[in-house]
Amino acid sequence: MNLQEFLSIFISSVFIYNVILSRFLGLCPFVAISKETKPALAMSAAVTFVITASSAVTWLIYRFLLLPFNLAYLRTLSFVLVIAALVQLIEMVIRKTSPVLYRAFGIYLTLITTNCAVLGAAVLNIDMFFVKGRPVAGSFYYSIFQGFCMGLGYTLAMLIMSGIRERLELSRVPKALHNFPIAFIIASVLSLSFMGFNGFKF
Amino acid sequence: MKSLVHEFTKGIIRENPTFVLVLGLCPTLAVSVSVVNGIGMGIAATFVLLGSSMIVSLVKNFIPNKIRIPCFIVIIATFVTITELCMKAYSPVLDRALGIYVPLIVVNCIVLGRAEAFACKNNLAKSFLDGLGMGVGFTLALVLISAIREFLGSGQILGHTLIKGFEPPFIFGMPSGALLVIGLLLGFFNLIKNKKT
Repeated sequence: MNLQEFLSIFISSVFIYNVILSRFLGLCPFVAISKETKPALAMSAAVTFVITASSAVTWLIYRFLLLPFNLAYLRTLSFVLVIAALVQLIEMVIRKTSPVLYRAFGIYLTLITTNCAVLGAAVLNIDMFFVKGRPVAGSFYYSIFQGFCMGLGYTLAMLIMSGIRERLELSRVPKALHNFPIAFIIASVLSLSFMGFNGFKF
Repeated sequence: MKSLVHEFTKGIIRENPTFVLVLGLCPTLAVSVSVVNGIGMGIAATFVLLGSSMIVSLVKNFIPNKIRIPCFIVIIATFVTITELCMKAYSPVLDRALGIYVPLIVVNCIVLGRAEAFACKNNLAKSFLDGLGMGVGFTLALVLISAIREFLGSGQILGHTLIKGFEPPFIFGMPSGALLVIGLLLGFFNLIKNKKT
């Protein structure tokens, strides 16, 4: 466990392998909720929060429940259920403790249950930080940090996208490209510019 | 009989999951680098759709309404796990190429969407055909996108070079090419729809 590793996780999961623009995880909310900045920001905050929490929980489940009992093949099933339960739990806790935050997150929290970014982050963590069924040194912290960074990458892409689409409202788009198609074309140009970060790989 | 045929054919063009319903795009974009990957992903998703639609329509009367979504997810996850294990055993190359997108079929909106919108309200035969139709529609969409991307990105289709001396723009094999292709295709289908009406 060293600082350089954390730095490389940060750069690779925020910029180089951005969750949305390069891994295509969580595309549905990306095109559906990115019309205005405010809901986009609320959604990405909720996603970041849930990804970070679920990275920790799924790591613990995999390490202390699935591996010792030789149940690694139940990974997908157990992770999906755990994430669904976790989202419910977080929703209940937030509703009780902070009504303001609850109003801000609103329905987005429930939507996250079937967001591929959350499950994708969990599966990626397991694939990257377990070698032959054994956790690499410090893998628990790496997993949480990578989850958090993927959330940051999600937020970054959402912010840029919603800013562009707010401006787009004022411009004349061909009728056939309205809504979804133009969103994908913008995302394509964004992804092209994010490819420039490939030079940072070390 | 006519309604049964309708359940099968509606998923292929009129309610195509990718181009009309715009569902389940994550795997579509990520694995459509080559036609072989596209077909593999399509078959895997079709299997999961078929299996989960059938089981959901069989047990729909025993599931309490309140907890139906978790139940559906467990059923879907079971089929995804079966697919994952089979793919690892019989086709490790494809498994490596598809990577994390095989377990991610479980959160694919098409599968859960069909279970929720169709299979839990209809009988076995109808759900079977609906799942099959949607699966075929999804596979065809994947093959179309991946054929375009493979041809433009590497100048080949299924590994055969089509035009000698054609310098392929590499960008179509990259993520941004996928987004561009799907954006333009969606626009194209909108154009056709607008012309018709």
